[in-house]
Amino acid sequence: MNALLNVWTWIAVSAGAIFFLAGTVGLLRFPDSLTRLHALTKADNLGLGLVVLGLLPQTSGILDAVKLIAIWLLVMLSGASISQLIAHRVWMDSDPQQ
Amino acid sequence: MIDLLNVGLVVLIVGLAVWIIFARETFSAVVAFIAYGLLLTLVWAQLNGIDVALTEAAIGGGLTGALLVGAASRLRLTENSAQAEQSGAALKWLAAGVSGAVTSALAVCVLALPDPAPSLAQEVAANIDRTGVGNPITAVLLAFRAMDTLLEAIVLLFALIGVWSLTPDRFWAGRPGIKQSADPNGILAYVARVLAPLGIVVGVYIFWVGADYPGGKFQGATILAAMWLLVMMAGLADAPAISRRTLRMALVLGPVVFIAIGFLGVASAGAFLAYPGEYAKPLILVIEFALMPSLTLILGLLLLSAPQRAAEP
Repeated sequence: MNALLNVWTWIAVSAGAIFFLAGTVGLLRFPDSLTRLHALTKADNLGLGLVVLGLLPQTSGILDAVKLIAIWLLVMLSGASISQLIAHRVWMDSDPQQ
Repeated sequence: MIDLLNVGLVVLIVGLAVWIIFARETFSAVVAFIAYGLLLTLVWAQLNGIDVALTEAAIGGGLTGALLVGAASRLRLTENSAQAEQSGAALKWLAAGVSGAVTSALAVCVLALPDPAPSLAQEVAANIDRTGVGNPITAVLLAFRAMDTLLEAIVLLFALIGVWSLTPDRFWAGRPGIKQSADPNGILAYVARVLAPLGIVVGVYIFWVGADYPGGKFQGATILAAMWLLVMMAGLADAPAISRRTLRMALVLGPVVFIAIGFLGVASAGAFLAYPGEYAKPLILVIEFALMPSLTLILGLLLLSAPQRAAEP
């Protein structure tokens, strides 16, 4: 059972790391702010989410697991709202009529 | 494996530091400095200095970063003229030489430390029971070296007075910062409504566990100040006018209580800031509870900068 959970951790954390890598490459290579934001949210939401899911079996108690999930939810909340704010600003700047 | 990660961390930090020095734009340098603070947080966590890591994340990366972003946006208008000015080669070499000398002197000092390095950790561990506090960092900050903490709190208050003294005469006693005009139904107001209650709980929790685990009033106060700023930025609350008597009393409350307890020590335990025997823990708690609101207000008001509008809207 333990070995199986460890395999799960390896798979999920590696997948999360791949999303972080892809998000970073996107952040560096995409042409404009909106597509760069798109890349960033993939790293934040999916990447961190997979890392958290992978680490859940390694926690020593239910409280630690809840803390990890809370961190993920908080990062998603702040990431999503900051992306909204930046995107709104980009949109305002590109269209002076609004 | 862990060694490899640590080496990677060091390489990143040194590389980022060099990049900050050579960055042409103030704003990019500031953004890199915030990332630098977060990397330093990881280093402190790797060294098991969780208290320092928390402080670095809250104050080094977060608060200082926000202050510098504010400074950079104010400097934006003069950015071009500042870049057009070229300092002479002699001045550049002098600056590089002095910086290099300071760095080498620090490196020599660190390398010349005897092994094991001189430490008072043993004595802290031997005497920590007498303070009634479980976290050795808190015991050092509020019992063994309480004087340093008192002076830190007073320095912050002086810094705020310094910022306020930059107020134009016509706005004296006005409200700090600019009037926020965020959409009351916008995303920022939503975040402020959802995040602020959570942040207040986290801030108070970090303050409270500081007695026995990593945490404490500075880190907690920074989080509370950030939540206060978030609510003000979202337009849900306005900054208080700096002439408000209650505000000023709250600002000096922490340092005044700290000094009063210090003098109480002269009378009851024979030295300034000494705690009489069994009352150490309650007195430390009183100081922490008095400092917490003062620090929160000071840190928040420092970021809001000097008043730029009258008290009446």
